[in-house]
Amino acid sequence: MTAPVTPALLYLDNVSVSFDGFRALNALSLAIDHAEMRAIIGPNGAGKTTMMDVITGKTRPNEGIALFEGSHDLTALDEAAIAELGIGRKFQTPTVFEMHSVEDNLLLALKEKRSPFATLLSRRTAQERERVDALLERVRLTSSRHRKAGELSHGQKQWLEIGMLLAQQPKLLLIDEPAAGMTDQETADTADLLRDIARTQSVVVVEHDMTFVRDLGVKVTCLHEGSVLAEGSLDAVSANERVVEVYLGR
Amino acid sequence: MTNQPLLDRQSIVVLALLAAVAILVPALNILAAPGSVLHVSDHLVPLFGKYICFALLALSVDLIWGFCGILSLGHGAFFALGGYAMGMYLMRQIGPRGVYSDPVLPDFMVFLNWKELPWFWHGFDWLPLAALMVLLVPGALAFIFGWFAFRSRVTGVYLSIITQAMTFALMLAFFRNDMGFGGNNGLTDFKDILGFPLQAASTRIGLFVLSVAALAGGYLLCRWVVSSKFGKVLVAVRDAESRTRFLGYRVEHYKLAVFTLSAMLAGVAGALYVPQVGIINPSEFAPANSIEVVIWVAVGGRGTLAGAILGALVVNAGKTWFTGVLPEFWLFALGGLFVFVTLLMPRGILGAAKDIWERSGRRLRPARVPEATAQAAE
Repeated sequence: MTAPVTPALLYLDNVSVSFDGFRALNALSLAIDHAEMRAIIGPNGAGKTTMMDVITGKTRPNEGIALFEGSHDLTALDEAAIAELGIGRKFQTPTVFEMHSVEDNLLLALKEKRSPFATLLSRRTAQERERVDALLERVRLTSSRHRKAGELSHGQKQWLEIGMLLAQQPKLLLIDEPAAGMTDQETADTADLLRDIARTQSVVVVEHDMTFVRDLGVKVTCLHEGSVLAEGSLDAVSANERVVEVYLGR
Repeated sequence: MTNQPLLDRQSIVVLALLAAVAILVPALNILAAPGSVLHVSDHLVPLFGKYICFALLALSVDLIWGFCGILSLGHGAFFALGGYAMGMYLMRQIGPRGVYSDPVLPDFMVFLNWKELPWFWHGFDWLPLAALMVLLVPGALAFIFGWFAFRSRVTGVYLSIITQAMTFALMLAFFRNDMGFGGNNGLTDFKDILGFPLQAASTRIGLFVLSVAALAGGYLLCRWVVSSKFGKVLVAVRDAESRTRFLGYRVEHYKLAVFTLSAMLAGVAGALYVPQVGIINPSEFAPANSIEVVIWVAVGGRGTLAGAILGALVVNAGKTWFTGVLPEFWLFALGGLFVFVTLLMPRGILGAAKDIWERSGRRLRPARVPEATAQAAE
């Protein structure tokens, strides 16, 4: 560990990724503060998912710097190590363990020792039970705790996955399209939940739904062709001529 | 549902049935009058013993395939390696009673004009060392193989193909005389084990009971693994590998651990198989053997442990009967069975039986169904 070079929780500088000549990320720079919520928007192929892949260790950038808490070099760590540092990721399509009960899904996500030996010998403690109870309450799944996760509705699965992220007690949550496929009421509730989370933890939300982004009421970053096109309040960004051009294809 | 007991209702049934088999088969062999319907003849005891060893092999495949999604088409290799380790012990026990009466060298080495025992044959006259090798050799191979395969994130059909390649390569290697394992004849003409003659009915009964005990022990070990949090992680890997990875689990470590354990179980099965059939040769490494094991598990019901045992017993009993009646059609029957089960009974015999039982249970006792479903699902 070296001395922090940046006060930001997440710091990306000049990050580029190319696949077979296609530049998915092109000198992308981004900084997320502690307990900040940021919405990322951008047309398809803007590099939103690739950016998340770089942050979570799935994809190695060709160049650039990715630092967490100013000292951890994310480009040198694997997915598991990055998750243990405190970065949680929710996928675009809700991905939960369908054959496990809702409760077991959260239990597996709890911040505990992750080695095979530790899990083989682990016994469930009262403290774990309390944490799972609290999480179930927070994502409104208490009455479904014994159901198989595969039986949940789409919206419930989204919430369960957010619950699993919270169980990891991450410092940063990366959330890919949380409102996709949800009803209006569920969307509004999800915005409330995310705002609540963002009081203590940093949240990065990728979203297409502009009503939802407006609901969040946070700083917006618009990506285009792998780099930042505009940054600021939603009103400022949507008034930006370049953004309008990209979205409307003029 | 969360805190699964080690012994659920299904496990108690399995263990009770195994105990009954361990008592009944010897009892009917010794006590029932020869010629009576109930009599288990002397040649049936090692045949049943062979089925039990196959059941243990099927169990080891179900542990990785049913619970972690690793489809190994090379598990016959670990079975055969365990068998060879035991075969080496049995060869050394022959001593001067071989055809060439060499006090130390097994017959095939004398035949090849070898003057001294190869280094890797030393110590195999001592059963504890041979028993250790039964676990260590398959375990070490699985560890090395898995280390490279899982770390490179080879999954799915690619992994299955390289496991086939592994067992095929071993078969070719063991066919060679200068490997020092008897070439294509393998190891045979065994005389006794720990001083007990292998041809004696009592020794065969002893080996049979030991095999059933090993199967019961293997079952309990697998139950313990899959009912722990470790087992839940395995299922998580099977159903959503990347989710598990992003939760912070090192998926490759889990796969490596369970693959190695499974290979060791397969090795034990092979070691118990060899003294009962009296021979081990390179054909045990044949890729088709390993594929057959997967069919047993699919037929019985994948991911249930009990189904693997059931499938191995049913298919092998069927094979014995079928190859007696219509030998040239057995492979067609086996292929047909696999297609039938895959299409019409995707959860195998055990899954289909549970469905029927639940449906009738719902009619009879509607109030208790949720609980019954929950337990059956485990």
